[in-house]
Amino acid sequence: MVFMPIVEKYRSKVQEVVLGATRAQGGTRDFTVTVGGEAALPFLHYEGQIPHRPLIGMEIWDTAPADWPACFAPYFADSFRDPAVWAQRCVSGYGADLVVLHLKSADPDLLDTSPEHCAAVVSKVLNAVGCPLVVLGCGKPEKDNLVLPAVAEAAAGENLLLGLAEQNNYKSLTAAAIVYKHTLIAQSPIDINICKQLNILITEMNLPAGRIVIDPTTAALGYGLEYGYSIMERVRIGALQGDAMLSMPMIGNIGAEVWRTREATAPAEENPGWGEQHDRGILWEATTAAALLQAGLDIVVLRHPEAVRLIRQNITELMGGRGV
Amino acid sequence: MGLTGLEIYKLLPKTNTGDCGFPTCLAFAMAVAAGKINQEKCPHLSPEARETLEAAAAPPMRLVRIGPEQTPVLVGNETELFRHDKRFNNQCAIAVEVADTEDMPAFLQDFSALTFERVGQRYSVDLAALRCTSGDAGRFREAAVLLRNSAGKPLVLISEDVSIMAAALPVLVGDRPLLCAATPQNYRDMTELAQKNGCPLVVRAKSLTELSDLTEKIVRLGHRELLLDSGSRETAAVLADLTQLRRAAVRKRYQPFAYPAMAFASATEPLAEIVQSIVFLSKYASLIVLKARQPAQVLPLLTWRANLYSDPQKPIQVEPKVVAVGAVSPASPVYVTTNFSLTFFIVESEVANSKIPAYILPVNTEGTSVLTSWAAGKLTGAAIYKALQENGLESRVNHKTLVLPGYVAVLSGSTQEATGWKVLVGPREASGIAKFARENFR
Ligand code: B12
Ligand code: SF4
Repeated sequence: MVFMPIVEKYRSKVQEVVLGATRAQGGTRDFTVTVGGEAALPFLHYEGQIPHRPLIGMEIWDTAPADWPACFAPYFADSFRDPAVWAQRCVSGYGADLVVLHLKSADPDLLDTSPEHCAAVVSKVLNAVGCPLVVLGCGKPEKDNLVLPAVAEAAAGENLLLGLAEQNNYKSLTAAAIVYKHTLIAQSPIDINICKQLNILITEMNLPAGRIVIDPTTAALGYGLEYGYSIMERVRIGALQGDAMLSMPMIGNIGAEVWRTREATAPAEENPGWGEQHDRGILWEATTAAALLQAGLDIVVLRHPEAVRLIRQNITELMGGRGV
Repeated sequence: MGLTGLEIYKLLPKTNTGDCGFPTCLAFAMAVAAGKINQEKCPHLSPEARETLEAAAAPPMRLVRIGPEQTPVLVGNETELFRHDKRFNNQCAIAVEVADTEDMPAFLQDFSALTFERVGQRYSVDLAALRCTSGDAGRFREAAVLLRNSAGKPLVLISEDVSIMAAALPVLVGDRPLLCAATPQNYRDMTELAQKNGCPLVVRAKSLTELSDLTEKIVRLGHRELLLDSGSRETAAVLADLTQLRRAAVRKRYQPFAYPAMAFASATEPLAEIVQSIVFLSKYASLIVLKARQPAQVLPLLTWRANLYSDPQKPIQVEPKVVAVGAVSPASPVYVTTNFSLTFFIVESEVANSKIPAYILPVNTEGTSVLTSWAAGKLTGAAIYKALQENGLESRVNHKTLVLPGYVAVLSGSTQEATGWKVLVGPREASGIAKFARENFR
């Protein structure tokens, strides 16, 4: 019997979102990148167009991290103190598509640096690399409401990917993204209704849907990853079935989740049965990412250069060797 | 059930004899569609109707047993495409491959280390897969016996050469290894061999159409303990094939594909093999054969398997009862946590690590994590008070100090108020507990 492939018919596709802006477009990037646009479930090329491969962002901080495990030292020890150097290392050394700058120093419990300081850091990193930039606040809403608008203004026209907008705190960031021409990360706590609701609220403020990237929230492998995986699958199915408020590409902050787990960081002596930390840590990050790619993740944010290498290879294979 | 009540009704005699115990054929059809009664209860079914109804009632994917009758590895019987719809049934089996030309004792040593304890669960690889690369039947048989005697897991035997396979089987009576594989070239003899020895069999082809064809031929020979291998080895192609096989089985009830599917990791580097296997595990393999065999490499794969096959509706919980870790005394510290199994076992292992005996009090948060339960209003001062009371902590310890998880430091005030206990805020991550304990409870 000739087997006829079962091809699902979808009503819609994922929104395309452009990150960065070149000089001609009002920014200073050497190039822009486009994410999203899939008309099929992840990597099922026979079912619909998958015009853009998922992107790999590498996370950097604006202050030397005290709690990153020792396995990062060989790659970054000499660049931790300077985000510009760190960013260059990620791009030219390890092939990051995007730099994800986390403005940790602004945290009132850390260095409590000023919005002006943060804006200056962002400009410095923009000068150091030519790729589009993702900028995350310190995670404390009150402070981020001061920091992120200042960053947005200083980098006006660059089309940064700025985050995070949340259900109870999206207005000032959305306003700044509209005025200064940036794209927004909308984060919801593994809840598809909140995800949708937030996108409605943001688009009602008149930021176009094409300028939103969804962060449905994830956890590390072994720490609730399956919840993040299932939410992403549902968001992606919703998008393909025509729900415009679930149709944005998705970003996952994987490194930050993974590298606080014991499985990624504990030396072999502490848990001899778990084997060497070297491969275990890299794989904890890479497997978390690989699983979420199967759920529809479009932007993978990682820390470890070896995990980046493995995931780049995985994406290349899944795109059928094309597009990388 | 694939058929609706009306579709079933059309297949019935429509004579309303009532012999099925229902007043009308329509009522009976509705009951069959709802899964309340078996179609066999109608004695007047035509042979064609019986066949159609049986096919529709059969599970979309067969359950296949690999290994000895008493302790088989079960694969298949899946009914879903997405875990959020309903829990997946039988965990994808993981087989670690070794060639018969390799150093067997070294393999066995590695293989025996691939069992893990994590968060109160035991993870383990399931099968040892022996590949004949020597081309030598004697050598293959010898290696198979060694594995059978020492690996402690059922076997997968990999060779398309029927005579090599036939030479190994007499020494493996009752072991029911998975024979891999029947192909369009060897399928008559390989199927006969599998049937004679009661072994499950891999059907391998070069395309889905060829696979469909071959499976039908083998089923016609009377063998149904089958696994499907589409022959693809490139990541994207395997993903495409596994997806088609699962959809054909559960959406279309396509009979030639109503069997569990398998995949081979093909990357040359162990770490890349694991990443590739994550793709196959996530998307529909019921068995994966890989060569990576270091604990640090296999643990992440087994962890994702445990996560993926967990129940999406109901988190795994522990009883909300106080647990004593180590040789506790009335002076021992009290750590408050939640009854989400993952959270509890992480905390328990860290408290054990600290070597300072202590009580752990898992508050009933309906199996949710610390921050989730806090955000949902389930971890509160009042809930902690209730847990202290119900577990009689006042009479177990001679102090009134409890340790809160660092992530819910904001609960300190309300907890102190509600319980009358003094609150110490612990570290955020459980991995900080040992240091915290040393500093506070020495
Ligand atoms: C998986 C998950 C869920 C799952 C639930 C899983 C479960 N069984 O709990 C689902 C999808 C159902 C869910 C729902 C919600 N969630 Co939720 N969820 C998560 C997620 C991704 C992981 C949580 C997890 O499993 N962690 C692993 C466990 C082991 O962590 P843990 O319990 O905290 O334990 C650690 C530490 O606390 C420490 N520890 C534990 N006990 C103790 C004790 C002591 C003494 C010490 C010292 C340390 C310690 O040890 C552990 C390891 O270090 C997190 C985000 C994230 N990445 O962490 C959000 C998160 C916790 N959820 C959040 C929210 C808001 C919700 C909802 C309220 C959203 C909504 N719908 O409104 C709902 C609540 C649903 C309800 N009514 O119950 C927020 C909380 C925000 C906040 N900071 O307050 C988070 C942080 C996401 C976010 N960034 O917004 N969630
Ligand atoms: S026994 Fe068969 S024919 Fe008679 S009523 Fe029931 S379904 Fe109809």
